[in-house]
Amino acid sequence: MENNAAICTADGAAKEMFDKLDQFIDSLGTDSNSPRRKGDLIRILHQAQHIFGYLPEEVQIHVARKLKIHHSEVSGVISFYNYFTTEPRGKHNISICLGTACFVKGADKILEEFEKELGIKAGQVTEDMEFSIDVVRCIGACGLAPVITIGEKVFGKLTPGGEVKKILSQYKSEVK
Amino acid sequence: MKFEKINSYPQLLERYKALQYLLGLRVDNAGEKPTFERDILVCGGTGCVSSDSAKIVENLQSEIKARGLEQKVQVLKTGCFGFCEKGPIVLVQPDNVFYVQVTPNDAKDIVEQHIVGGSRVERLLYEEPLLKRKIERSKDIPFYKKQIRIALRNCGVINPENIHEYIATQGFQALGKCLSEMTGPQVIDFMKKSGLRGRGGGGFPTGIKWEAARKFESPEKFIICNADEGDPGAFMDRSILEGDPCSVLEAMAIAGYAIGASQGYIYIRAEYPLAIHRLQIAIEQARKIGMLGKNIMDSGFNFDIELKFGAGAFVCGEETALIHSIEGNRGEPTTKPPFPAESGLWKVPTCVNNVETFANVPAIINKGVEWFNSIGTEKSKGTKVFALAGKINNVGLVEVPMGTTLREIIYDIGGGIRGGKDFKAVQTGGPSGGCITKENLDTPITYENLTAIGSMMGSGGMIVMDEANCMVNIAKFYLEFTLDESCGKCTPCRIGNKRLHEMLTQITDGKAEEDTMEKLAALADTIKKTSLCGLGQTSPNPVLSTMKFFKNEYIEHIRDHKCSAGVCKNLMQYFILSDKCIGCTACARNCPQNCISGKVKQPHVIDQSKCIKCGLCYQKCKFSAIEIR
Repeated sequence: MENNAAICTADGAAKEMFDKLDQFIDSLGTDSNSPRRKGDLIRILHQAQHIFGYLPEEVQIHVARKLKIHHSEVSGVISFYNYFTTEPRGKHNISICLGTACFVKGADKILEEFEKELGIKAGQVTEDMEFSIDVVRCIGACGLAPVITIGEKVFGKLTPGGEVKKILSQYKSEVK
Repeated sequence: MKFEKINSYPQLLERYKALQYLLGLRVDNAGEKPTFERDILVCGGTGCVSSDSAKIVENLQSEIKARGLEQKVQVLKTGCFGFCEKGPIVLVQPDNVFYVQVTPNDAKDIVEQHIVGGSRVERLLYEEPLLKRKIERSKDIPFYKKQIRIALRNCGVINPENIHEYIATQGFQALGKCLSEMTGPQVIDFMKKSGLRGRGGGGFPTGIKWEAARKFESPEKFIICNADEGDPGAFMDRSILEGDPCSVLEAMAIAGYAIGASQGYIYIRAEYPLAIHRLQIAIEQARKIGMLGKNIMDSGFNFDIELKFGAGAFVCGEETALIHSIEGNRGEPTTKPPFPAESGLWKVPTCVNNVETFANVPAIINKGVEWFNSIGTEKSKGTKVFALAGKINNVGLVEVPMGTTLREIIYDIGGGIRGGKDFKAVQTGGPSGGCITKENLDTPITYENLTAIGSMMGSGGMIVMDEANCMVNIAKFYLEFTLDESCGKCTPCRIGNKRLHEMLTQITDGKAEEDTMEKLAALADTIKKTSLCGLGQTSPNPVLSTMKFFKNEYIEHIRDHKCSAGVCKNLMQYFILSDKCIGCTACARNCPQNCISGKVKQPHVIDQSKCIKCGLCYQKCKFSAIEIR
């Protein structure tokens, strides 16, 4: 487990996380000699991101070794897909839908307000690691446009001017 | 719940009869006596779940329990009813009463007044906007009047988490019929005669696609269901998977039998957790009752299905890219030929169909070619599901016969433009499509007609725009999307679209040169001709289409530095009208730039050099003293 050293020293819970990931990979029953073993890569990365919150290099290398593929192949897949992130996200990740239905109803203004309120841009995380903003393309709740999600919670039919502040204050007070 | 294995087609038919009682309250002539006296159906689609429909179910259940009615009334979560605008929706059967915009707090009244009292909860009934008349039955609501539901036939009718309810709707009988009465080529011939065409965008005849995959000899073949619904604003595939997942499983098995495949994959977006959850349940139950697995209904045919997850890449809707993604690679497209029918997933013959296409298949086999051919137009048979969204009164999913006009969809079903504003355009086909204007509202919708007027069927997203939408800005929005989603493999798409976007930004910033439109057109043409895959080949369409239909809007931006829709910030200036300003200081206090000055009770002035055009003063002024020019 030498490749996990960096995370292990930073966080004692890391070993547990790697164990959890290993258990998941083993449960898939992937034949590590099959030429088709890479077919499970995306599913494994989803699980890894679910466990770790993001996909740092240590995790990437770990997955690559497990599947007997190059680290570059893992990293190439991660950089291709929007869903994967190599940077940690905030405790409250705000996903702002910029699908067409939301856009024509002013979702760009909602995004601007969140960026202004939190002082970060989409894709970034606040210094205290409390909030991060992501732009997503259509979560399929077009009837609620413009719509955002914070964690699992959905907020729909938002209007610019005030509402964003109110939503954030719910989460900010929770922090304190 | 116990799921017993079904060992043969006759046994399936027996089971169908025995399970009819499940739908006794919901479907006409279901026969058997139902167990309950009332079914309360609550929409469990993503839209309504986001508006707390799970809590509604919970509250209804506890109200029913509190009155000791558990043996008489059941509460069920169904798939999407389609009328998302008025969600969450609750339908009480067999009374057929349709409640809209229900909140968890309404549960008590529904149980007390309706279930116990036998009356209606008036305030929750749909109100017709013009006559202010309350409507009780969904089929009398204008939104549903012109719809014919084939792909969505079971959505909002059955509980998608109980495969027995699917069996009670004749589920798996199409598969049983194929396995026991038809050969593979006969199934293909049947599909060819039906005229069913791909519902994911291209409109390729399904039967011919299956035939191509059958033709290639191989010990192994694959069926793939493309559930990577990436077109923003389209959500029909998600609704089908959430509301009627078994119909897709059944159709995949039929396709597998037809082409000689024994393994299927559903490639689904990770953004659809609820659809994934329902599919997982459906697959597990289908295996238990023997509709997936070895020797299905004692026919010797084996077929199983596995889920594969996307990870947020629009280009993966393209079939070669999708296949690379399932293989665990970057989802970059490759040139065709070879087509997947010859060399697809892991170089094996593969047939890729979209969710909505599959959902049509069992219905066609059960009801026959003639029935299907009687719906739609000569070349476009059957129905199409559209996702209506944007500036329209009735946002939702509608399924109409091919040949319906846009006017019928937007005005009769969609209820017209929100806020009484003027219709400007409707965008179909998403980032690959184009816009359709007033002049073409009466065009009957078919694959050919939409292409002829410069748009495309696409997956069926329809985004309605009104006078407050700037078309240059919309084109820019679509290009931003393409830029984000371009995989970067070929130069025209990677760099060409970037340049297009830069030019559009110059236009919306008021910095474009006179000949920018010619440059845009020339570059767009090059990108279309030289890009590798469908994404690049169609990416300039929104630009070309808006330039064609809204040329004046472009000229206005370029020549007059004006955006009459009032969207392009850099072309706007805020002014305070001195005769209307009473000096309340609200604007000055809210201005983030502190660039509004003036004394109390005297007209204020905006320092244009510092103004960032945030519009806050405009919002905060109660005296309409701020004007945008």
